[in-house]
Order: sequence, then C-alpha cells, then structure tokens
Amino acid sequence: MLKVLLALVPGIIAYAWIYGGSILVSIALATTTALIAEAALLKIRQRPIQPYLMDMSAVVTAWLLALALPPLAPWWLVVVGTFFAIVVAKQLYGGLGYNPFNPAMVGYAVLLISFPLIMTKWPAPLILAQTQLGFMDQLHFIFGNVLPNNIKVDAITSATPLDYLKTQLMLKHEVASISQAPVFGMFGAKGGEVVTGAYLLGGLYLLQQRIISWHLPTAFLAALATMSLAFYVANPAHFANPLFHLMSGASMLCAFFIITDPVSGPTTPKGKLYFAAGVGILTYLIRVYGGYPDGVAFAVLLMNMCVPLIDALTQPRVFGHSKS
Amino acid sequence: MNAIINFANNFIRGISTNKDVFKFNGGVHPHDHKAESTTRPIAKLAMPEKLTLPLRQHVGNMPKIKVQAGDYVLKGQMLAEAEGTVSAAVHAPTSGTITSISEEIIPHPSGLPDMCITLTPDGKDTWLELQPVDWRHTDKRDVVASLRASGIVGLGGATFPTHIKLRTNGKSNIHTLVINAAECEPYITCDDMLMRERADEIVKGIEIVQYLLGADKCIIGIEDNKPQAADIMAAACTSNDMTVKVVPTLYPSGDARRLIHLLLDTEIPNDKRSTDVGIQVFNVATVLAIYRYLDFGEPSISRVVTMTGNVNTPQNFEVLFGTPLQALIAAAGGAKADTTHFIMGGPMMGFDLPNDSVPITKAANCIIAAAPNLFPLPPPAMPCIRCARCADACPVNLQPQELYWFAKSDNFEKARDYNLFDCIECGCCTYVCPSDIPLVQYYRYAKSEIIAIDKAKEAADLARERNEFRLARIEREKLERAQKHAERAQAGKGEDAATNKAEITPSSSNATESVSDKQAAIAAAIARAKAQKSASTVNTEVLPTNKTPATETAELKAKQDKQALIAAAIERAKAQKLAAAQAGVAPKNIENVSESVKAEINTIDAIREKAKLTVDDKSSD
Repeated sequence: MLKVLLALVPGIIAYAWIYGGSILVSIALATTTALIAEAALLKIRQRPIQPYLMDMSAVVTAWLLALALPPLAPWWLVVVGTFFAIVVAKQLYGGLGYNPFNPAMVGYAVLLISFPLIMTKWPAPLILAQTQLGFMDQLHFIFGNVLPNNIKVDAITSATPLDYLKTQLMLKHEVASISQAPVFGMFGAKGGEVVTGAYLLGGLYLLQQRIISWHLPTAFLAALATMSLAFYVANPAHFANPLFHLMSGASMLCAFFIITDPVSGPTTPKGKLYFAAGVGILTYLIRVYGGYPDGVAFAVLLMNMCVPLIDALTQPRVFGHSKS
Repeated sequence: MNAIINFANNFIRGISTNKDVFKFNGGVHPHDHKAESTTRPIAKLAMPEKLTLPLRQHVGNMPKIKVQAGDYVLKGQMLAEAEGTVSAAVHAPTSGTITSISEEIIPHPSGLPDMCITLTPDGKDTWLELQPVDWRHTDKRDVVASLRASGIVGLGGATFPTHIKLRTNGKSNIHTLVINAAECEPYITCDDMLMRERADEIVKGIEIVQYLLGADKCIIGIEDNKPQAADIMAAACTSNDMTVKVVPTLYPSGDARRLIHLLLDTEIPNDKRSTDVGIQVFNVATVLAIYRYLDFGEPSISRVVTMTGNVNTPQNFEVLFGTPLQALIAAAGGAKADTTHFIMGGPMMGFDLPNDSVPITKAANCIIAAAPNLFPLPPPAMPCIRCARCADACPVNLQPQELYWFAKSDNFEKARDYNLFDCIECGCCTYVCPSDIPLVQYYRYAKSEIIAIDKAKEAADLARERNEFRLARIEREKLERAQKHAERAQAGKGEDAATNKAEITPSSSNATESVSDKQAAIAAAIARAKAQKSASTVNTEVLPTNKTPATETAELKAKQDKQALIAAAIERAKAQKLAAAQAGVAPKNIENVSESVKAEINTIDAIREKAKLTVDDKSSD
C-alpha cells in the first residue's frame, strides 16, 4: 500500500501546483477522518486495530477520494465523504477484503448525488483564475466558507473542461470552436492535463514495480480510446477526440488507481480485461449521454456489481483439464 | 485470446521463450540455498548404536514381520516381507540383533508412534549372501517380481513401491522414460551430489529401467542451477536415445506432471496417470538403487540425505535407514545454539519433526535445522484482499483465493467444483500471499473434510441398500408363507374329498386306502404344526401323490422320524433357553469356540454389564 501512496505523490504535487495548496489540507482531513473512522469501527467490531491501520488501505481510500473531490471543497464535505466510504462502504460490509464496491467511489457517488452543486463547482486552475487565492485564503474558504472581500465565488470557480464541453455541445456549438476556449490546454484541461500526466507517471511506476498488472489500465484506456475514436470519427463536430478523453477528468486516476482496487475487482486475467473494458465504455457513455460530467465513479460502481458474474464466467483452464 | 494475453505478458516482461522448454503457469523463485551443502562430497556416517526401522516407510500395505526380538540378522536380510500388491519389504541395514519390535515415534507430521523394528548393530557389518539378477536373460516379469523383495521405493520422497511402476504385463506401452533430476526444492542437494559422484551407476540404472519398460527414449530433466551435474550426466549418457535436458530453475519444476509438461509439452489429464499416455517418471536415486539391487543383489538399506540449515558443516551423507537423527546432526558438526526445531523435506513441502531422535527413513531426502533467522514465524494472517497473486503463482492454474474462501466457509461442494483435488500442495500460493494466509493448510483441511464426507456417504448408501434388501426379503418370506398356507388349505380340501370318497365307496382296497389316507392326514397335521415355526428347509409334500401307498408310507415314516428328531432338538433348545432365562443369564452360544475367544467374549460382556447394556436376543421373525 505504501507504494501506491508513493505513486500518487507526483499527482499530488502537480495538483497542488496547478490548483493551489488546499489539496494538501483536503488530503490531511481525509486521512485523519479515515483513520479515526476505521479505528472506531474496528473497536466496535472487536477487531485488532493496529494491523489494519498499518495496512494503509484506509489511507489510500482517503487520498483517492480527496483527489477526486474538487479543490476548495468545504471541510465537512471531505469528512462526510470519507466517513461514508470507510464506515459504510468498507467496515460495515466486513472490513478489509469484504467490500464489494470501491469505497472511494461509493463516497464520491454519495457526495455527488447529495451535494451536486458543490461537487461540480471546481475552481479554475491558478493560471487561469481571474483572482488567485493565497493559501491562507483557501484555508479560510475550506473551513469557514469565507472569501476575502470583493471576491465572489464565481470569480474563482469555473466549469471544468468536461462540464464546459457538455454544456456548450448542448448549446449546439461545435467541438472545434469549443476547444479554442481558454479552459482547454494542449490535450485536455489546461492545467488539468499536467495532473493527469502525473497520474500516468505514477501508474507506470506501479506497473514497473509489479504492484498492478497491465490488464486493467490497458483495457480501460483502450476501451475509452476506442469508444471516443469511433464517435469522433463518426461526427468530429459533436464528439471530442480520444486524446481529450484520455487526458481529462479522472481517466488516468481511474485507470491506475481506482479500478485496480483488488478487493472489488475481478481476479482472473480475462475477467480483468472485460471489467476494465466495461468501465471504459460506461465512462464514455455517461460522459456523453449521462447527466454527470465525469462518469468514472458510476461506471466503476456498476461494473463492481458485475464482478462475481465476470469471475465465474472467466475461470481459466486448469492444468490437465480440457477446454469445456 | 489466451495467445494474445501470453504474448503481451511475455513482451512486457521482456521474456524470450526457449522453444525446447514448455512453460507452465506460475511457479516461484525462492532462494535456493544449495551452495551450503554442495561444498563437501557425500560422507559416510559412523555406525550408530541402534537402528529403528519403521515398518511403514512406503505407500501401501504394512509388510509382514518375519523376525522376532532376539533374532540375529545379517546385513541385507529381509526383516519384513511385502504384503499384497502395493507394499515394500524392509531389510536389515547392518548385521546385528533385533532388540525389540514395538511402537516408536516415527518421522510423520502427526508425531504419532507406529510399529518399528529396532536393531542393535554388532559392528561386524556382515552381508547376507547376495544374489544378483541377470536381468538381460531373465523374463521381465520375474525381474519385476524379484524387485518386489528389494524394498526399493521412490526415493524422491513419494516412496511408492518401485516394482509396481516397472510392471508392463508383456505389453510395452511406455514410449518415453523421464528421469527426474530436477530437485527443485531449496536446500535439498542429495540428487545433485549423487549425480556428480555416481553418474555412471545412475546411467546403468537408467539402461535397466529403459529395457524393462521397453521405452524408446529417455529424457533426464535437470534444473539449470546444477550445471556440474548436468555436464557429468550428459557425458555419462551411453546411447543416443538418452538425453539430458536442462530446464530453468523454477519451483515446482520437479513435480512429475509439471516436469513432463516442461520436457514433452504434454499435459497429463487430471483423471489419468502418466502411464496412460505412455510416459513413466523415476527419480535418479531410485534408478541407482535398482541398478545396485539387480547387478549386485543389494537391497534398499541406505540413501543419501542432505543435512543442512542451521548446522555447523552442512553436507550430504550416506545414511543407513533407521539411523537416529541425532547421529546425523552430530556428523554435520552439531546444530547451532539457536536451532528451534528440525524440518524433514524442503522448506516448501516439508514438515516439522516431533523431536531429534526420530529415525531416518526411505522418505528422508533432507533434514533442515531451523532457526529464527532462516525460518521466521509468519505474522498473523490478514484478510484476503483478492489480489490473485496466488492464482498467478499456482502451477496447476487453479484459483487459490476462491478455494480459500470456499474452504473457510466450509462450502465443500464449490471447492470440489473449483478442482480442489488437483492441488498438489506445493505451497507457491502461501509463499506469495501478501496477507500471510496459510493457504495450503486450508486446502488440506477441506480435502480431509470432503474425503470424510464421501466415506460417510458411501457407508450410508451401503447401509441403505442393505436395509432395503432386508425389507424386501421379509416381504418375500411373508408372501411365501401366505402361499404355503393357501396351498395347504387347498390340499386340506382335496384330502377331505378323498377321505369322504374312500368311506363312501366300499371296495377291496378299502383297508389300504384308509391307512394311506390316515397317514396323509397325520402328515398334513405335522406339516401345519411345523409351518408355525420358522421357515424350514424340509419340503413337506402335502398334496396327494401318485406314488404307491407302500412307498408313500415308507417316505412318510422317514419324514416323520426326521421331523420327530428336529422337533426334539427344538424342544431341547427351548428348555435350555428357559433354564438360562430363569437363571437370569442370556444364552451365549459359545460351546464351539476356542478358549481365547471365550475369554474375549466374557470380557466384552463384563464391560457391557458395567455399562448396563443387555445382550438383546432378537429372534428372527
């Protein structure tokens, strides 16, 4: 687990650089809540606390959730989300190894549905912001919901590229003109693409260290790329190009950190391919046709439901048995 | 699809595939710890003070003891004879006196005792008169029969009686002989040293086995961490159809089916043996033992054992069977102070020995002295996180994590469906598990539970069949009796008619007729009385016959006499029973049994009395 945290560090550094240091506060809040919640539940369930906390799996969940939430998220949002993820989605199902759903994604989905406005209000990257908040101002906003004088919330938030794309497409603008907007960078979101690139680096490190196998990230990215390519080729005006989809939103985070959660994912190699492909396809469909800008969370949860079936159907051939 | 996955896997890992070696899934690379014990040649142990030979050092039936305490035996003399087909003999490893035949602690995971023959050497080491077998000019069946008396069992650790593997019944359906020189488990180096020092004798043994099986070719499979042994064996090979093939060092390449797959790209189907596809596998030490027995007459009395681990001078020894472990440890310079216990076998599949005075047996290929730095205690098991590293490591391509979940929840039917019984208990899954779960122990538990359930089910099925048969038999007897009643009723009516006819018609034969009729009536009455008792085997003819009255009378008289005798006997038995019942003792029916059995019955009855159980004297219905 420590290596997973290590692999997230480049992403966190990039994130802090692009969106400001408030992310570190979110991560700290989430980690603390996660550890306290896990300890409390283990005590209630009369289980040994130290081995489970030292396992760091709760910390990984906390970090992933904090990274998925918007920067400048209020402190209580982070706490509620993490609490729900650890207590309901993990400990109440039986703790480590027993949760059928990815806890971070459950926490994210609960927050998204309960607090849609806050969840979709992302501050602009610092390079794009009309007014830049200092670190102390960010802290004030997180904990007190107070902004410095003369600044309204709208001045610091802006639509994310995926969100912007969706709305503009609904307004019947074309992709080519939409992508000229300042919120778009070279591949994906301006600024955001740096963060996504950092996640990619972290993911490659995990692959090299044999923490994860190549099946899940490759299948997910391939499915996402294929879907977006197909639609883009069919109608370039209405659908963004594959590279945009790969480098936007939580694609890279999902590919290397979220779907690779071993407990809620499939165990057979073929099963992993089908699972990740399913997540990729659903992510694309929700992004394009669904009501939410990024479909990763719901795609993952939907495929988590299919995992037992996928496992049962993709059992590999045992040595000495014929294909039957 | 699989081909794409395999290609991508290998491409990403930068592995190039050697076309001559066919990989199996999984396997692990533990540190092989072989260098420690290969610096010194095989040494001979000094004669120990006593030798304790377990009778059961093999798979199969217990051999029959042929000696008694106090006997003087010569080196190589048979002490116990193979009993039944799957069995092996036990021979005296040296000359001396049999001190006892008793239960001693044997080297087994349970630590329980078993029957052993203890021998005190006399120091003279006198051989029996040995009788080599001219295997080239003897019928193969006779050679194999003679091997039954050799005591040779598989010396790779499986201890299966070797003579059974050499039977061909005249047909030679084995085309390839595989010699297992892989020795894949860490620490074990006995086969390595054997090959380095006695390659010529091993090759001679291979020739014999190849001849007996009628195999066209022979492949010697050896891992690449034994380059010296591989070169020496290759140089010693005498013919073109005997080749040495080097396979990559990977645990468990030495498993018979994995080795066959590596060398021949053949997967033995899970429900068949390798001989069904024409392949037979032998360990190098076993073929050497076959050579020594057939060409020199020497039965199986010793083996090479690796004494390694936390000892001062780890090395290989030629050890007589029955040697106490302490002698071996002392010869290896003694165990260091922090030694906690001893392991028989390797670190992956070996087991802990109960103490250090157990004897060395045919199965002991290696003894490891364990210490905390070599064999640290694993941390407590965490929950399974379904990472599936065990599935990646499993050489049988099973899903160990699924088997673990099923075994844990006692879901034995699913465990069986997921091919639990294909598990070879190699320990690769336990080795890689990041949660330190003792996976193999769960599978052993599940396997024994399933076997017990199957046995109980078989017994229950048998009991049910027997009960059904018994009920059917009772029904049948009821019907038969009812039939007899009906027939007699018919006959009764017929006799009355005949008797009436006789009285009505006065004739010259009146007297004889009335006599025979009277006899018939008497016979009928006796028969009726008899039918009230248990079904008898005396066939009573109730119907009027066509015989002459004279013979009829004679027959009837004979029958009456017999019936009278039987009736008298029954009366006697009844009287006895009554007397016994009045005396308060249940009859025992022990007049015709021997004294010892009588005594046994009396003790059992005493126990029953104590437990207040009564002998339930059920009479048949």
